[in-house]
Amino acid sequence: MYRAIQTFLVALCLLVSCLATGLRAQEDIRPLVDALGAGGFPQKIEAVKALAASGDPKVAEILQNLSDGKLYAPKTGGPVYLEGPTDGGYVDVLTGASAADVPGNLAKIRLNNGLRGAIGAALSQLTLLSPDRAARLTASQDLLKDANPDNLDLLNSALAQEKDAEVKATMEAARAVILLKTDASAEDKKAAIDMIAARGNRDALTILTAAMENAPEDLKPAIEQNIASIKTSLAAWDVAQNVWYGLSLGSVLLLAAIGLAITFGVMGIINMAHGEMVMLGAYTTYVVQQTVAAVAPGMADYSLAFAVPAAFLFTGLVGVGIERSVIRWLYGRPLETLLATWGISLILQQAIRTIFGPTNRQVDNPSWMSGVFEVGGLAITYNRMWIIVFSLGVFVALLLLLKRSKFGLQMRAVTQNRRMASSMGIRTPWVDALTFGLGSGIAGMAGVALSQIDNVSPNLGQNYIIDSFMVVVFGGVGNLWGTLVGALTLGIANKFLEPYAGAVLGKILILIFIILFIQRRPRGLFALKGRAVEQ
Amino acid sequence: METEGVERFVLEGTDYVYPRTTNKILEAYLIAKGIPKEDILINYTPFGFSDWQTEVAKIKEFGSAGKKTAVVSTINGDANVPFYKELGNKGIKATDIPVVAFSVGEEELAGLDTKPLVGHLAAWNYFQSVDAPANAEFIKQWHAFTKNDKRVTNDPMEAAYIGFSAWVKAVEAAGTTDTDAVLDTIIGTSVPNLSGGYSTVMPNHHITKPVLIGEIQEDGQFEIVQQTPQVVGDEWSDFLPDSKDLISDWRKPMSCGNFNVATGKCGGKGS
Repeated sequence: MYRAIQTFLVALCLLVSCLATGLRAQEDIRPLVDALGAGGFPQKIEAVKALAASGDPKVAEILQNLSDGKLYAPKTGGPVYLEGPTDGGYVDVLTGASAADVPGNLAKIRLNNGLRGAIGAALSQLTLLSPDRAARLTASQDLLKDANPDNLDLLNSALAQEKDAEVKATMEAARAVILLKTDASAEDKKAAIDMIAARGNRDALTILTAAMENAPEDLKPAIEQNIASIKTSLAAWDVAQNVWYGLSLGSVLLLAAIGLAITFGVMGIINMAHGEMVMLGAYTTYVVQQTVAAVAPGMADYSLAFAVPAAFLFTGLVGVGIERSVIRWLYGRPLETLLATWGISLILQQAIRTIFGPTNRQVDNPSWMSGVFEVGGLAITYNRMWIIVFSLGVFVALLLLLKRSKFGLQMRAVTQNRRMASSMGIRTPWVDALTFGLGSGIAGMAGVALSQIDNVSPNLGQNYIIDSFMVVVFGGVGNLWGTLVGALTLGIANKFLEPYAGAVLGKILILIFIILFIQRRPRGLFALKGRAVEQ
Repeated sequence: METEGVERFVLEGTDYVYPRTTNKILEAYLIAKGIPKEDILINYTPFGFSDWQTEVAKIKEFGSAGKKTAVVSTINGDANVPFYKELGNKGIKATDIPVVAFSVGEEELAGLDTKPLVGHLAAWNYFQSVDAPANAEFIKQWHAFTKNDKRVTNDPMEAAYIGFSAWVKAVEAAGTTDTDAVLDTIIGTSVPNLSGGYSTVMPNHHITKPVLIGEIQEDGQFEIVQQTPQVVGDEWSDFLPDSKDLISDWRKPMSCGNFNVATGKCGGKGS
């Protein structure tokens, strides 16, 4: 019995002393944590570094909280508190226990870019060995940017156990950059330079250019040679990149113009309200996104899938309404149509301004449309890539509809010879209305895509109306293929001119080119032939 | 900018008079500060420009010369949204290439997904996040007036607030709303502004205000990272040879917006 009590007491003592040392270790870093709340940004950067150097296991969590803006301190300096899980409450940074006697003048600890960089560098040292692959990748990328020679040993040990190829490559690059800064042997440095040059991208160029300044004399030729070869390969990739940019701009032009190719190209209506149909489509996207976020937040990433048919139906209905109420009275009177549709465009803009307000509405990019990936030297952003896919999809679908469906047949019949079509039993007024609705609906779908790259404001349509007419006239009125080729040609030409002539002059040159082109070929690239045109 | 250690500058603007003039002054200023001309890239785009791929790629390329690079943006209005979207998509973060904007405020950010923009900067004389009792009261009244507590306040609102208070005070001093009399009494009038200080109307019809540098936060607000004391507006830049002799003084007998100190005449740089 006595022995049992003794054992129990010993165990108790051990437990208490353990707790005490644990607490003491935490208390040791408390002054370092509290230093985060005092002084200007340079002092705070020092505080972050000191905290990271302490090696306490809590540090990573504290720094993450600081970077997320969850730490608070009195404005005059003093103890630092962590934002509690409930609104308005604060907890102790170290223990997580609810904090009593919180001073009233707490303010969020502010970050600037310098401080953010210091936190990133400190965190990367702490998370480089983390089991999470994404954390390791970010950490190694941060180390690559930071390239602090102090991290060399850490990198070496991390490299020894890294299995993932991409993380390993980044770590090796970071190690190479650091080696260039230290007084490693010339051989090691040579290997490091080759290692960086092998990456061959713009970042490698940056690193090598920076390394050039304090490189030893005998390494300079090697660096220069590598810089030159990277520049040559980048120049080649630049051409490919310009083609890609051009395709992307072309696909936006195609989307904006393809609806007009129906209303103006096929029906011959000078439709100044076309841009507003695009704008309505973009606002539909906004409304759908808000609704989805409210009803089923989990589906937020796929709200565009609902927005496309919704925008098509809504703008299509608006189009049918406009045709039935205004345009059908004005067939054969192009000037009046122009004025009437322009008036409609103003009414629609003002209506949207009244309902949604004059400021931009925020349409979020879903996660699968954000970010960039690299193919060789090509940087391809996901949103542009999906827009190219989408516009080609719309084009093909429209082409099939016109050539293969009964409605497409009736539509072509009515536009080619209205009286003949009518006497064959086609209800031409309804075909007119549906055709105009189709063109408007397609413009609405374009609006869904444009909401991803442009601002959703009442003026959205005005930015595209001129370009749309330009594409349709250039490509050849009444020919979908002309619209496709016209849009892509103008897009690519624009993007090849832009780097040399600048954005402003590039646009002017394109307009001059179109004016000259129309002088030579008034019917555009793909002119329709036949009696109907000659009338 | 000194705290960020920036050595290379891209001056990106919309092609009209305000960015062109700002960039002219900025370029002269940066050269005076010892920045070599090849480290300054000036670029203009048309109004409502929406396809920023090439421009952003150019900025990225310019920023890859091994020196810390920043963008000073005087891009106008709507063109900002696609610009920032493209920056975010290309993965250019504020810690790599920060963008300092002269014309992006709370109202513009309200239409943007701000997550990729955290850390980019803007320079104004007022931010909604200014910590002053007058400002808290103003925001409360604004929310009550618009019946929407999500509406933001911004710099032009503060300017209107100060302008009207100064006019009221000048009218009280003059005892009449007659323009000429008010013009005489308004010079020297001092009214409280929303950043916790006083704004005084100077003889050149500019007012004193602090200059604030704010960083974009995730909630679309700005964190003020730098603040100057009250600054007197200089109507003609000292950094341009054509305008350094010009002053503006609306007191009698000069009463002139472009008085030339060198020639002693009113009417610009003369010939």
